Amino acid sequence: MKPIIKPSVAPYVLISPFIVLFLAFGLFPILFSFVLMFHTWDPVQGLASMQFVGLENLAFAIEDPLVWTSLGNTLWLAVASGLPQHLIAIPLAYLINEKLGRWRNAVMGAYFLPYITSTVAIAMMFSTLFSTDYGMVNAMLMKLAQMPLLEYVLPSANVDWLGDPKTIKPIVAFVVFWRYLGFNVILYVAAMQAISRDQYEAARMDGANSFQQFWHITLPQLKPIMFFGVTLTTIGGLQLFEEPFILTGGKGGMEYAGMTTAMYLYRTAFDYNDYGLASAISWMLFIIILAMTILTNKAFKGKEGQA
Amino acid sequence: MKKISSAIVALLLVFNAHAEKKTLTVAAYPSVDEIVKTALIEWKKKHPDVDVKVVGREYADHHTAMTTALATATSLPDVMTIEYGYLGRFAQSGALEDLSQPPYRANDMAKKFVPFAIAQAHTQAHGQVAMPTDIGPGAMFYRNDLAQKSKVKETELTESWDSFIESGKKIKSATGAYLVAHARDVKDIVIRSGIPADEGVYFDAQGQSVVGTSARFQKGFELAKKIRTEGLDAKVNAWSGEWGESLKRGNVSVQMMGAWLGGHLSNWLAPNTAGLWRSTALPERVATSWGGTFYAIPKKAQNKELAWDLISYLTLNRQQQQLAFEKFNAFPALLEAQTGTFFEQPVQFLGGQKARIEWRNTASQIKPTRVFKHDTIAEEIVNAELDLVLLKGKPIDQAIKDAHRQIQRRARR
Repeated sequence: MKPIIKPSVAPYVLISPFIVLFLAFGLFPILFSFVLMFHTWDPVQGLASMQFVGLENLAFAIEDPLVWTSLGNTLWLAVASGLPQHLIAIPLAYLINEKLGRWRNAVMGAYFLPYITSTVAIAMMFSTLFSTDYGMVNAMLMKLAQMPLLEYVLPSANVDWLGDPKTIKPIVAFVVFWRYLGFNVILYVAAMQAISRDQYEAARMDGANSFQQFWHITLPQLKPIMFFGVTLTTIGGLQLFEEPFILTGGKGGMEYAGMTTAMYLYRTAFDYNDYGLASAISWMLFIIILAMTILTNKAFKGKEGQA
Repeated sequence: MKKISSAIVALLLVFNAHAEKKTLTVAAYPSVDEIVKTALIEWKKKHPDVDVKVVGREYADHHTAMTTALATATSLPDVMTIEYGYLGRFAQSGALEDLSQPPYRANDMAKKFVPFAIAQAHTQAHGQVAMPTDIGPGAMFYRNDLAQKSKVKETELTESWDSFIESGKKIKSATGAYLVAHARDVKDIVIRSGIPADEGVYFDAQGQSVVGTSARFQKGFELAKKIRTEGLDAKVNAWSGEWGESLKRGNVSVQMMGAWLGGHLSNWLAPNTAGLWRSTALPERVATSWGGTFYAIPKKAQNKELAWDLISYLTLNRQQQQLAFEKFNAFPALLEAQTGTFFEQPVQFLGGQKARIEWRNTASQIKPTRVFKHDTIAEEIVNAELDLVLLKGKPIDQAIKDAHRQIQRRARR
């Protein structure tokens, strides 16, 4: 029977759905935003209203204090939510892998659950928990504050968690940490399972305790997966959008303390209708992410140039 | 053979009839989409050959989708619904039909509407770009039970801003309830009152910021600061979960908003508080509006005549306008629809008060305010500076100067 598609053409036909989708929704927006960076454009006036302005958008973005506020917030959140993810996920993964036996999968599943839960549901849950007048966190603090001694340590009035610029960022960082911890735990447990058991046996025979085994056998061999995990966290942290967007009501909170750069560029385009400026900010963010990824790469590279 | 040819002819006729049937697309957000669907029952009796597709999206999604449709000139609806907050941006686009030009007859109809609403959708460059359908005359909803317990009279709430704040102090000390949800709400009313003709809230006729020069902002900031200093605001933002909870539990005693809030309170925000609320005029009897809905026809729409016919029905038909008010709390922009028994009826949720008459009086006093495409960012900048005043004690003069400078910088773009 004659084939419907020529064998020489078949691979291209089979791969075409991906190529078409990638060109339409991947490459085209990237190229368009690059072009847009050098133009002003009011979209409601149609494509004809695009006007070339050279580097004006970039210059405006560099002088815009909100760009720098949002970049500062983004970096703060990336570090405060990203670093603990790994510092806690590695020992936690070690404990799960070595000590939990048949409960291992159930515990890993429990830690992974927040990762697959809808961001909107998570943010709404935390908004309710941290509500000033009706939240459980404040209710608990008020109860504890009635106990002797604790009254001197705990706040005497309800804390405005999501309204006070000082507390918005730590809350957002905590939610992001809580959400992605499980993902990193799974990553590290998988990597630990690939380490040969012989090495642990030999170490035990030489009298090494659990901590020494972890420090001298597990940790060094996790380096490649740490590089992968930290790179993902860095990129994800710098693109942070959903959690702060929902927790701050989409506006960034008081003094824009919870506004990340991804949020600001979204708002610049869709709320302020300034698509050229939004594109310029997005390319600035891209350069920063690229630089941070290169730095992460360099930090993890050994003397031999291997991660 | 004869049977087969008859069947073919019948099929062709059906196909032809289907091909001739026009499809009119209406894009709207809740609950305007429901209002349109309700209106179609009557409208389609006159147009049985027209299929109407109502595309309903959430409020922000709808306006983003309309922006994209105008940008690419594809998937444009025949009838586009625009909320007041987006009117400035869409009106100045030049992509909407001037409804004062033939074959439309907006000029002949203009007198039938509340003047400020017609003026809002009129631009010098592009004419009458939309028709108003509903408006939001400003009203003060207050908890009568809390006011009585605190021995505060309604007139004390409305007489002046000073008496309003004094009432708040009494309510707070007698009941523990806050006066308002957020100090910002008070600033928002003050900056919207006494706007000179041909100006917007933030910009003058030339598109220059008036934030640094208008006394409205100074007064608004001062009152907001006073309310915060006295501890009279609950520091909750409107439409947040906490806000809803505060209204349900009676932690906030006054909420100033569009008259449509009464419907929201009784339907879902605080149905448990039926009979406890009353409605009155805003302090100093300021007449201002909150929101409003408009219908427009994109220049590249496919069925402009039919679109105009439907818009005329939605905006000029008295029964339809009243139905939208009775069922969906959409206060009519059509003057003729602001009369009748429904307006005279007591509102049970407001303790049997005939509140609709008061709202109508307010609507008749509202002055037209121009809208500008940078209104959203200007509002955001002013609010951010007010936050600094309220939270960090930034001097008001400096905050207003900074807001003015930032708005000017944006407006130049």
